[in-house]
Amino acid sequence: MLNGTTAEIKERSALRINPAKTCQPIGAMYASLGIHGCMPHSHGSQGCCAYHRSTLTRHFKDPVIATTSSFTEGSSVFGGSANLNQALENIFTIYKPEIVAVHTTCLSEVIGDDIPTIVKKAAEEGKVPAGCRVIHANTPSFVGSHITGFANMTKAMVNYLSEKTGETKDQINVIPGFVDPSDMREMKRLAGELNVNIVLFPDTSDVLDTPQTGIYEMYPKGGATVEQIASAGDSIATLALGTFASHPAAIALEDKCSVPTALLELPIGVTATDEYIDALRNYAAVEVPASIVQERGRLLDVISDMGQYLFGKRVAVFGDPDHVIALTRFLVELDMKPVYVITGSSGNHFETRVGEILKEQVPDAKIKQNADLFELHQWIKQQGVDLLIGNTHGKYIARAEGNIPFVRFGFPILDRMSHRVFPTVGYQGALRLVDKIIDAFFDKKDREAPEEQVELIQ
Amino acid sequence: MRKVAIYGKGGIGKSTTTQNTVAGLVEMGRKVMVVGCDPKADSTRLLLGGLAQKSVLDTLRTEGEDVELEDIRKGGFCGSICVESGGPEPGVGCAGRGIITSINLLEQLGAYADSEALDYVFYDVLGDVVCGGFAMPIREGKAEEIYIVCSGEMMAMYAANNISKGILKFAENGKVRLGGLICNSRKVDNEREMIEAFAKKLGTQMIHFVPRDNMVQRAEINRKTVIEFDPACNQASEYRALAKAIEGNDNFVIPTPLSTDELEKTLMDYGLMD
Repeated sequence: MLNGTTAEIKERSALRINPAKTCQPIGAMYASLGIHGCMPHSHGSQGCCAYHRSTLTRHFKDPVIATTSSFTEGSSVFGGSANLNQALENIFTIYKPEIVAVHTTCLSEVIGDDIPTIVKKAAEEGKVPAGCRVIHANTPSFVGSHITGFANMTKAMVNYLSEKTGETKDQINVIPGFVDPSDMREMKRLAGELNVNIVLFPDTSDVLDTPQTGIYEMYPKGGATVEQIASAGDSIATLALGTFASHPAAIALEDKCSVPTALLELPIGVTATDEYIDALRNYAAVEVPASIVQERGRLLDVISDMGQYLFGKRVAVFGDPDHVIALTRFLVELDMKPVYVITGSSGNHFETRVGEILKEQVPDAKIKQNADLFELHQWIKQQGVDLLIGNTHGKYIARAEGNIPFVRFGFPILDRMSHRVFPTVGYQGALRLVDKIIDAFFDKKDREAPEEQVELIQ
Repeated sequence: MRKVAIYGKGGIGKSTTTQNTVAGLVEMGRKVMVVGCDPKADSTRLLLGGLAQKSVLDTLRTEGEDVELEDIRKGGFCGSICVESGGPEPGVGCAGRGIITSINLLEQLGAYADSEALDYVFYDVLGDVVCGGFAMPIREGKAEEIYIVCSGEMMAMYAANNISKGILKFAENGKVRLGGLICNSRKVDNEREMIEAFAKKLGTQMIHFVPRDNMVQRAEINRKTVIEFDPACNQASEYRALAKAIEGNDNFVIPTPLSTDELEKTLMDYGLMD
């Protein structure tokens, strides 16, 4: 399919081919689903909402609910006020959520709809039942990426819901970033092992990875409750995991409620997970239990056993900035060589941080923000790699280049399922990543090596 | 059918000039449709004798997409046909999109069809071309000749120059051309000479100099064009002359807009001449 890609690179300024990102409302919709009893609402035309729902559903393999303002030609001209007003009435009457999280789209942004004013008017008209909440985030798709949308909606949760009562609660906030429900579950499990109370928000575990019971529930039991997010203003501290997806909300919470913030990276790999555990331990003043030390030890054992197969291998990584930064760090811990590292999102921090991580071991790595898969493919054509890591879209590059070992990681993964169940964060997540990398190498070797070179034991 | 759009700085007198010119043309027996492209929907008030018009977008909003041509057209002075695009209330929605929607709808409904046997359609467009929507009448060959209403005041000339830049952009790909400047006098010193010189620099002509006359104000208060209000007065003949000049115009150019320095120099050369 990508056999037409050339090794020769021509300068491009505006054109993107196979972008490594998608648009803001997807991130906002996903974040909204991490609030318990929440109906995400897309303020724009129906097509936006349909596309965002279906992309999320294809990744999570669970139904994704969301409503839309269903803009028509008339709404584009006269503004979407009447549609949103009607939508709020319908949503609260028919679907009975506890909270509606409104995000905008390109169209409503361009015509400049003022969401707070429309919502306030609807509330005055009694369209928002007592005790129910409406929050909003501005998410124009022509700015940033789905990660920006996630960050904006998470920040909106803080701005609208978090309160400081003056009485500090024995709990720590964790803002997980645009990670899978399995990852959020793992973050909670680790905190539980340390015996630390955390408020994880948004939290899509038990929302988008619900057990099959035969009964459909529009609002499953998971998700951070409005009360929990409100109480985040009284927490001891906030751990924000990921510069792009999580730091803005943590900084907003620090500004609004003076909750101290630890700006961390996603806990992918040994050191980053250590930092997560350490931050929990320090803020909550607890000891790290033996169970976690052992988990970490098992990871180190696997890494040292398999290190010979990982050492010096050239890797191309693409995906969302927080994920790619954290993964690059882990690959360096594995003595691998991330030679090509790109993200589709924009932000100088990406290039600076990845450059810092690779300074010693891969000083000549190609690192690029706001890049696309076409360019990554061209780099690979110029000089190949031993491993490709990224979302499902990478499989076409892997195939075009003679089946490069390919590990699926990040969002979206549309053609496999294990991300739903198994995390990539924490020591367990790191174990799984090593497992997948080793499998990818050996599966290719076993399949393609001449008969006399097929090894029984590795 | 000749397709004419009138542009110019806000408040310069576009609507007044357009309607009086149209009155001159219909008086000559031409069949003319005026499309007001301003959310205020006040571009056809003088032809209709008041703001009785229901706008295209109001109709779209209340009737849904089943709009009939007769719902949105209204007959005005001497057989003129009046349409108001309309638009959202100030501060909400997108007026530019409104113009696009409205003109598309008029086309769909066959308002410009050969069977209508129109001699002219006039688009009267709001002030500056602030976004793509307000350029709709000069896109895709809708209006083919543009007249810019201006005066000898700096800001009016500045706006005229800016509008010329817009015309230049669309002229490269389409049939739109500048037909001339209409000087709606503000009694600025050397106004006629200055606008003639300015027009020359733009590569066009001053098609008519409309003197300032309180008769216009009086007619407006009475919700009438000057030609209807006092057909014998001097100002009525001025508008007739403008209508004739447009009828006979064959000077259509791609404008050559001035740099700001050049524009200011023109003003200095003429404005300060004693």
